[in-house]
Amino acid sequence: MSGTAPTNPLAGAARLTDYWATVYRRTWKGSAVTSFVAPLFYVVAMGVLLGGFIDAEPDRLEGAASYLAFIAPGLLASQAMTTVFGETTYPVMSMVKWQKTYFSMTASPLSVREVILAQMGFVLVRVAMSCGVFLLVMAPFDVFESWVGALAAFPVQLLLALAFATPVFALSAGLADESPFALIYRLGLIPLFLFSGAFFPVANLDGWMQVLAKATPLWHGVDLTRMLTLDRFDPSTAAVHVAYLVVLAVLGWFWAVHRLTKRMVV
Amino acid sequence: MILASGLRKSFGGFEAVRGIDVDVRRGESFGFLGPNGAGKSSTMRMVAAVSPVSGGVLRILGLDPATDGPEIRARIGVCPQEDTLDTELTVRDNLVVYGRYFGLPRREVRERADELLEFVQLTDKANAKVDDLSGGMKRRLTIARSLVNRPELLLLDEPTTGLDPQARHVVWDRLFRLKQAGVTLVLTTHYMDEAEQLTDRLVVMDKGLIVAEGSPLDLIAEHSTREVAELRFGVAEEGESHEVLARKVEDLAERVEVLPDRLLLYTADGEETVAKVHERGLTPAATLVRRSTLEDVFLRLTGRTLVD
Repeated sequence: MSGTAPTNPLAGAARLTDYWATVYRRTWKGSAVTSFVAPLFYVVAMGVLLGGFIDAEPDRLEGAASYLAFIAPGLLASQAMTTVFGETTYPVMSMVKWQKTYFSMTASPLSVREVILAQMGFVLVRVAMSCGVFLLVMAPFDVFESWVGALAAFPVQLLLALAFATPVFALSAGLADESPFALIYRLGLIPLFLFSGAFFPVANLDGWMQVLAKATPLWHGVDLTRMLTLDRFDPSTAAVHVAYLVVLAVLGWFWAVHRLTKRMVV
Repeated sequence: MILASGLRKSFGGFEAVRGIDVDVRRGESFGFLGPNGAGKSSTMRMVAAVSPVSGGVLRILGLDPATDGPEIRARIGVCPQEDTLDTELTVRDNLVVYGRYFGLPRREVRERADELLEFVQLTDKANAKVDDLSGGMKRRLTIARSLVNRPELLLLDEPTTGLDPQARHVVWDRLFRLKQAGVTLVLTTHYMDEAEQLTDRLVVMDKGLIVAEGSPLDLIAEHSTREVAELRFGVAEEGESHEVLARKVEDLAERVEVLPDRLLLYTADGEETVAKVHERGLTPAATLVRRSTLEDVFLRLTGRTLVD
């Protein structure tokens, strides 16, 4: 039997399952340890120890009963973002330049679109694992006001992950080499992590800084996650957050397809 | 299998392929011979349906790569110039994972992987990491991978560039077996011996154009003499440049080529020509009489050597 062309993009992407499963089998042990240990360290250091110095007044903490309960959703959303950056920067450079894996994939009946689709699927699996573990690690710390909210926060992380994954993938796919990654981490990831409302209410920021913080995708993810775990769900605000993240994910998708196609189909 | 007419490829303002006509038939072994930068790889990438055609007509297996890229790629095998193996996967996993891209069932791919490892003599390396393989083994693995979908047409871009002589011969042996098994092979090379060994018919490419076409023997008969006498002189023999020396012997051969390090005398009988050179009182530091090769054909057609 010789090969066949896939009948639709999903069927094409599904043909990459064995590739990603092989990659996963090779790396899951290391990532399982980090995705368990990292949140635990953050929760203990920032939430329990640092939080011990902070007077927990629910009015000043967006309704959280403790500082730990305030930052737990922030850390969860940050974990989703960090996982995405880890999967869509250096690994993408490797596949497009160092190992040229994408070139072997598209020499087969598969196309650029299907290759990206499959990789987004893999990123979602990674985020689902690390955020799932995170939720379990935090559960005993009594930071969730409701179980329903905590469960609903899980798919929010997947959406937030996609909103980061498609544009960051696009950025990485078009870079000539890896040197901008250091800058992307220092001037992108870290400021997002520190100033998007994970560690303090953005209401504490002055005028334009607050506007800036509220324009970041991570803030939308953090705020949406927090309103779920603190059981202070507001449908209209939530709708804005979801819409923002969906639009970002969709725009990022088209940009990613455009950038990788331009790089590979010449 | 491949039909190209007026095929062009340009990158920005640069024209890599400037209108070529090619017709490759089922079961034949076809070569693109030419130096680096002749447009061979650009042509191969268009034929592999991964690079859009800039002009002219191209049909692969009767299909148009602009609209039927996935169908074409499903039925051909590609062995790229640079190995694109996943170096962190095992040898066997590289084959199995790749076979799955073609929509083949897992069990069939596994059986096929074992057959192919046997074929390229890598069975005992099946569970090794690709990183641990030598250059020749990686090349053989890439060839095995390109065969995983039982392709009707196998494209090989510079299959032995960068390999040591022994590894090249192993690769040639495997490719020769494929050829005997009736697989249509299309390869690019800048090694004339590779083209002579593996192709039934070839085109000589230079600067994006085809400058000659035929079987290796026909091309040699048409564009060169039976034998070549190579004369090497010491550093500036008697203070004379190669050009001056060439004029002294030019009537002894049908044609004389001046290379930086030697003179080539094209003649039907090399030994006789060398004897006549000595009769003229010239004393080359070394002489070599050999058969004409495709290298000579290329030199004749372009005035340049294949490997700079």
